[in-house]
Formats: sequence, C-alpha cells, structure tokens
Amino acid sequence: MSNDTPMISRRGFGQLSLAAAAAAAAVTPALAAEKGEPIKIGILHSLSGTMAISETTLKDVMLMLIAEQNKKGGVLGRPLEAVVVDPASNWPLFAEKARELLSVDKVAAVFGCWTSVSRKSVLPVFEELNGILFYPVQYEGQECSRNVFYTGAAPNQQAIPAVDYLLSADGGSATRFVLAGTDYVYPRTTNQILQAYLGTKGIKPADIMVNYTPFGQSDWQGIVSQIKAFGSAGKKTAVVSTVNGDANVPFYKELGNQGIKSTDIPVMAFSVGEEELAGIDTKPLVGQLAAWNYFESIKTPANKAFIKQWHAFTKKPKRTTNDPMEAHYIGFNMWVQAVQKAGTIDHDTVIDTLIGIKQPNLTGGVATMLPNHHITKPVYIGEIQDNGQFNVVWKTPDLVPGKAWSPYVAETRNLIGDWRKPIDCGNYDTVAKRCVGTKHG
Amino acid sequence: MGKEGRCSFLKKRTKKLLFLRSRAVARVSDRRRGALLFFKKEVLALLFLLFISPCHAEDPALAGLRAPDYDSVAATVTDLAAHRHPRARAIITALRDGTLYAPDEGPGLYILGPAGTTDAATGAPVSGLDPDSLSKVQQNNRVRIAVAGALALLDLSAPDAATRREAAEAMVAHPDSGLLPALTTALAQETDPPAHAAMVLARAAALLSSGASGQSQQAQLDAVAALRGEGNQQARAILLGIPNPPPAVRDAARSAIAAIDLQLRLWSVGQGVFYGASLGSVLLIAALGLAITFGVMGVINMAHGELMMIGAYVTWLVQGATTAAWPGQAGLGLALSVPAAFLACGALGIAIERGLIRFLYGRPLETLLATWGLSLVLQQAVRSLFGPTNVSVITPAFMSGAVKLGGIEITLNRLVIIVFAAVVMLALTALLRLTPLGLQMRAVTQNRRMAALMGIRTPRVDALTFGLGSGVAGLAGVAISQIDNVSPNLGQGYIIDSFMVVVFGGVGNLWGTLAGALSLGIANKILEPLAGAVLAKIIVLVLIILFIQRRPRGLFPLRGRAVES
Repeated sequence: MSNDTPMISRRGFGQLSLAAAAAAAAVTPALAAEKGEPIKIGILHSLSGTMAISETTLKDVMLMLIAEQNKKGGVLGRPLEAVVVDPASNWPLFAEKARELLSVDKVAAVFGCWTSVSRKSVLPVFEELNGILFYPVQYEGQECSRNVFYTGAAPNQQAIPAVDYLLSADGGSATRFVLAGTDYVYPRTTNQILQAYLGTKGIKPADIMVNYTPFGQSDWQGIVSQIKAFGSAGKKTAVVSTVNGDANVPFYKELGNQGIKSTDIPVMAFSVGEEELAGIDTKPLVGQLAAWNYFESIKTPANKAFIKQWHAFTKKPKRTTNDPMEAHYIGFNMWVQAVQKAGTIDHDTVIDTLIGIKQPNLTGGVATMLPNHHITKPVYIGEIQDNGQFNVVWKTPDLVPGKAWSPYVAETRNLIGDWRKPIDCGNYDTVAKRCVGTKHG
Repeated sequence: MGKEGRCSFLKKRTKKLLFLRSRAVARVSDRRRGALLFFKKEVLALLFLLFISPCHAEDPALAGLRAPDYDSVAATVTDLAAHRHPRARAIITALRDGTLYAPDEGPGLYILGPAGTTDAATGAPVSGLDPDSLSKVQQNNRVRIAVAGALALLDLSAPDAATRREAAEAMVAHPDSGLLPALTTALAQETDPPAHAAMVLARAAALLSSGASGQSQQAQLDAVAALRGEGNQQARAILLGIPNPPPAVRDAARSAIAAIDLQLRLWSVGQGVFYGASLGSVLLIAALGLAITFGVMGVINMAHGELMMIGAYVTWLVQGATTAAWPGQAGLGLALSVPAAFLACGALGIAIERGLIRFLYGRPLETLLATWGLSLVLQQAVRSLFGPTNVSVITPAFMSGAVKLGGIEITLNRLVIIVFAAVVMLALTALLRLTPLGLQMRAVTQNRRMAALMGIRTPRVDALTFGLGSGVAGLAGVAISQIDNVSPNLGQGYIIDSFMVVVFGGVGNLWGTLAGALSLGIANKILEPLAGAVLAKIIVLVLIILFIQRRPRGLFPLRGRAVES
C-alpha cells in the first residue's frame, strides 16, 4: 500500500465495510510519520440506522476526497487522516461523537450530519469547543453559527425557486399546493416559510394543504388519496414534498399505483436525489420533479471527472452521485484552500479565512463562501427519467447567494448573518442595528 | 439553409466513400473484398438517400421540435396532430418514448428504434450517423400533456373501439376547447356504446373548459348533466373550474357538485375499509411469524423483523437471477421467491434456535437481549454484503396500477398482498390443526413434560416450530418487498407493530392475530384523515395501552389449564 491511502481510526461499532481500509492503514504509520504529523479530519455521518442509506455515501465521498488530497501531498506538507465515527442515526449520540472528535481526536474540521435534528444536536458542542463543521445538506435556514459552514442549500436556494417554477407556466401554473413532509424541524420550518411565501403570491390559505407523516411512514394509501381529492377542486394542484429518507420509496410507489401522473399533479421533492431513486422502478414517476443545486446528469468536464473518480474509488461503475456529495466536494476544497492560505489549521484563523474563498463547483459555476457562512449556488429543477436520473428542465440564470434568515418570516425579516468585523454576528438586526442573540440565535 | 447543410453532409460523405473505394479498388486483394462490398452498400444507400428523400426541403411543420424551448415543442406536437401530418403518430410516439433525436448541429430529426435509425420526416432508414452527434428531444410536463392530447386526438378515429374510448378518457383528464370540433365529428360517427359515452363526457369537459366561448346555455347545461352522471373526482374538478358561468349553469353546477360530493363521501367509507384491510393484511403477515414464535412458543424474538428483511433480500436475489435468465419475467421471480424465502428464513430460524435460543428457554430477559443483539448483527451483515442503499425489487406488471370497483379504487399490489396474507393464514391454521407436526407443536407448547413422556422429541419440535415462524417471517418479507423499501432497515419498521398486533390479539391465538391486525389497520385508516398520520399513530397506541390495562391477555385470550402454569 502506498502512503496516499487514507488513514482511518476506527471508532464505534460495526464498521465492517471499513475493515479493509483500516487494515491498509495499519501498514502505513511509519511512512506517514516521516512527512510530519497527520492532520485529522472528522467524519460524522450515520453508518447504521435509518439514515445510513443517505449518509454512508457521504462518508465514502469524504474518504475519496481525503485520499485524493493525500495524493497531491496533503495539506501544509502534512497528510490528512480521516477519523470516522458512527452516530448511528441517534441524535443525542451525534453530540457525544462530536465531543469525542473535538476533544479527544482534536480534529481540524468535521464534515457531517444530514438531518437538521442531528445538526441542532451537535451545534452547542461545536460552539462550546470552537470546532468547524461543514454541513452538506439542503436545510430550512433560520440559523447562522460561527462554527458551521452551510454548503447545502438555504431555502432561497432550493424551496423558493422550486415553488416559483411550479407557479410559472412551464411548471404548470399551479394555484393549489399540498405541502407534504416528514414530521421534524426541516419540513416544518420550510413549510412555514413556503406558506408565507405563497401568501405573498396570492395563494389563499384554503388552497394550501399541509400534511405531516412520521419518520419511515410506509403506508401512504390514505394520504395519497387525500392529495388526489384535494387536487380535484378545478385548480391546477402541485405537491411540494419534504418527505425524508426511507419514506419516499413507498410514497412514490403509492403515487404510481393510484395513477397520479406528473401531468396531473406534479410532485416537487426537496429530499429525493439519485441515491433515493436507486431503490425504485422510476417508470411511473417520469416527469416528477426535484430541486437541487447539482444533478449527476449535468454534463460538464468537472462533473464527468468527478463521477469517474467516484466509480474508480468505490469500484462500482453504476454508483450514483448526488447533491450533498457535491456540497462536501466544495466544502472540503474550500477548507483545503483556506488552510493553505492561512498557513495553519488553527480554528479561529481558518474560520475567518474561509469567508471569500472561491471554489469551482461541478456544474460550471463558482461557489463563494459568503460572510453568513453560506455559499453561492445555481438552482436546477430536474425531472425524473425512466433510468433513475434527472433531466434538467430549468435553472436559475445566475448563482444564488444563500440567505440564512428568511425574509418571509416576520420575526427574521430584518436579520442577516455576517461573521466579518465589525458586525461579527450570526443574527444582526439591520433595522435596530444590533446583534440579537449571543451566538446563532 | 437547412436543406443545404443536410445535403452537403450527405454529399461529402458520399464523396469520401467513393474516394476510399477507389483507393481500395486500386489495391484490391482477396482480403479486402469484404470491405469493398461494405463500401458499395453504403455508397448505394447514401446515393439513395441523396436522391430520394432527405434533400427535399425540410418539413417546416417539424422544425419546432428542435426548438430549445418547450413551448415550441408542445405547440408543434399539437399542430402535427391537428393537421393530421402523415408522420404525426410515429413522431409523437417516438417523442413520448424518448427515441426521437435531433442532431446537435444542423436540421433533421431521427428515430432511434431497436430495428435501426430512421428519418423521422420520411420513415426511411438512415445509416452512418454518429450517435454522439445526436441528442434526445427532451420533454417536460407541458410537452407530455401536449403529447397525450395529440395521441388522443389521433386515436379518436382509430379502428379499434377500445382505443377510441381510451382516447376520449384521456381527453377528460386534460380538457381542451380546441378539441371540440374533432369530438363533435367523432361523436356523430361513433357506434360503440362505451366509446360513445366516453366521448360525450370528453365533449362536456371540453365545452366547460376555459377558452370554449360562445357556447349556448343549453349546451353547457347538458354538459353539466353529463358530468353529474359521471360523479367522480375528475368531473367534480371540471365543474368547479367552469370559467364565468351564467347563473343557470352555475346553479346547475353547484347542485351537481353537491350530489357528487355526497356520492364521493359514501364511496370514501368503502375506500377507507379497503385501505384499512390492506394495512391490516400487511400487519397480519408481518405478525403471523411472531404469532408462532412468540405466541405459541413464548420466545421474545427481537430479530423477527430482520428475518423479514432477509426474506425481502432473498426476493431480490431470486428475482435478479430469474430476470437474468428470462428477461421480463419479474412475476416468475416473485413466485419462485415465495418458497425460496420460506426455506432460507426457515433454515436460518432453525440455526438460530439450535445455536442461541435453546440455551435461553425460560429466561425471557436474556432471550430479548440476545435476539436484539442478533438483529443488529444481521442488519450490519446485510449492510456490509449488499450495501446500505435500497435495492430495487421489481413489481410485476400484473401487480401495478389499480382497478375501479364503483367509486373504490383497488390498488393491485395491495389486493395481491391481502390474498397472500389470507392464504398464509389459512395454510398455517391448517398446519397447526390438521397435521401431526401441528399436533406435536401444540402438545409441546401446552405441556412440555407430558409431551416428552408421550415420546415426542421436544427439542426437534422446538426447532421446527421456530423454523416455521421464521419461514413465515420470510414470506412476509416477500410481500413487503412489493410495497416498501428493501434496505437493511426494513425490519425495524415492523417489529414494534408486529408485537403490538400479537399482544393485542391475544398471545397464542392465530385468529386473535387476524382480528388484532385488521382492527388496528382499520382504526389507523379511519383516524388518519381526521387526526393526521402522526396523531393517528399516537391515538392507536394509547388506545392499545388502555385496552391491555383492562384485558391483559388481549382480544382472544387462550383458556384452559395450560395457560395458568
């Protein structure tokens, strides 16, 4: 084994898939030590439990990126070492594992979390121990921590453009909306923002149906037939789905079975990517929509190279890529750039240096880290194809800068995040000209 | 311009081939004769194309299909059908199926069928095109609506009555006032009663849609009456959306909507019962295996869900193997996976009983912990073997879609699962009641020592009973693979519900399990529209807790001396 193998400290329980890599790592410490002490990178993604389906891929992509960086000679002349922990889809365990990464392993940065509950669970730990977290998933916004870099989409980079598309002639000029979601913080906050936004577009509350289901809902018969009934009011109806994780497959199967076609009631999903579609026969779903900032099907040289690298790394020529993977790609490369620019891995220096760092994304644009720790992104609307991929039918003309606080929610209308001096605050009230909370709000 | 680009391409290609051929002829040898023949063929084909079809000016009616905006594509599709373009059906079908391609540069449209490439405008075969220089003509939902409408319009005069009826039904879904003249003509000629009825509805829908101006009030009232007679959600949607109706029409529409609503409400009760029965049947099949291992044997098996998960993976493997051998036979794979999953999970169950559980009889807490640990091991083993992501089990065609029974929509995959659960339930009851093995099982569980004294080999019966329960869990996995994710987490979603059903129905009683599953399913589905899915689950759980407080032995407790010990 060469010294560019990612080194892995194994923690937690049952990471059988890592056994081979760990065995390889055991051979290399002598080689690595010659190049200086390795820089540790924490990977905080669930490898077991209900979220493993989505998060395992992100662990793999991080290992790939770290291996790739080590091939280029690491960072600051030191190799990178991945510290993989398994928070097991257990929200309190996320906080424990985060504490372990920061105080025991003393990692330089952590890449992790998927659900917003897990992020909310680790937030106090990162702020207390002054860590750096790169969070790669689209989320509900209304948060802006100094210690978190949000490389996924804020609502104005996904939800709002997606609804704009449904309201437009191309999207079917919908005038009636079903907001269906899993019952937790991300769908509830997103739907609150969307309800306010639809109100500004002249959609009456009677034309909005909000429906929540538990995690892992598997029997969608009643709800799909409710949606069907709601859609028979003589107005074009669309569904905005924030249904998360495993529950999507039975939801889409039931839509197909009850004969709801995309031409009748289009479903716009915020949490369904290539990975989720891998488990279903997509023929009945052709034309259903998803809004993301990246699709595997986008043909750019950078994306082609990334997909090729991914297939070579996983040794699976059909393994799909998806949006949060691109977010980690951007986030990791931004961190590398910032460390190289700052010449140190000191957390405070790196946090300050990260703002303004530019990194080309995989679809032809450039992501810039903004003062509110969000990045600029293009927004794409894709339609599900019969091969499980998406065909882009619409995109924003320009890159959209991420907004931490929603202008459509009364309490946060005037808030901005700006972690540069002199404001140096995550929730600065631009009218009252003062920082509202102490940290993230 | 279009014509020139295309012609020059063909001319250049012909020239090049002729040049190559002349070189080949100059150095002809036996080895090259084959190549020469190829040249000859291609030159002839190209010359044929050059002179016969493609260098005619490109059909302007088709140019819009290459436009970058979906509006033009949709408008072109509608025009092609409305003007009865001779190639309309072939082109629109190709567009729908994703086999219509346009070159990245220059004019032309091609259909890439399984039999080879053809020119879309003429249907003539084309060869020598580089597939990399072609891109698929993309659709969005607007184009799809236009395609469905255009094909329906073309089908309206099809020779087959069923096709005509389907075309008219498709027009109800997307009413368009532009279709009125065509519908009126078709209606006058229609002789088949079902097709006629569908066309009357389609015409009524088109007449009431936006854009149908200048219709007489009587015509509108007739249309409202026709839709009222149909009485479904589609009719309701059309009636609610009539643009600026005159007062008489508005009143008629209102009373029609009220009548339809009443009808729909009545049907929705039946629909709710079907949903409840369907959820109940899933709960039943998930709980039946547990009713044997926990109900009859008294073993708390926390790995029951994982046995179901393994049954689902067996389905995936068997289906993969059979579709590899006989492509398109997803149904066969599913049928074969029923015995395969039963045997695989049964064997695994016997191994678990012999290797783990038999050392823990009479120690429920240790059994619970050991089997829970086992469930984690099995989950992670499957995750490591097959990956953490979902695997795709194909639903065979006969299990996709729905049939209408009056106003009740019956989804076929659910119907098959209801039947399957009933069959498994009956087979299991028969096995326990009518076979010597069943007799021995009941004897051992009721009085182990007495059974042993009668000469029954109790350890063997224990292993077989546990294996039977595990095999039934495997069968549940086959059923669940058709409606839910097949992933390592599959079992976790069902284990709690399964225990709930068995305890609620009465431990040790298969009929109690049946009653428990059905009543939980129906209660859930009645509460769901009223309280929402989250609250409905909580209410059901609270009701069960209260019920168990009052009657700890469940709905149908076992009676007799055996229970007391």
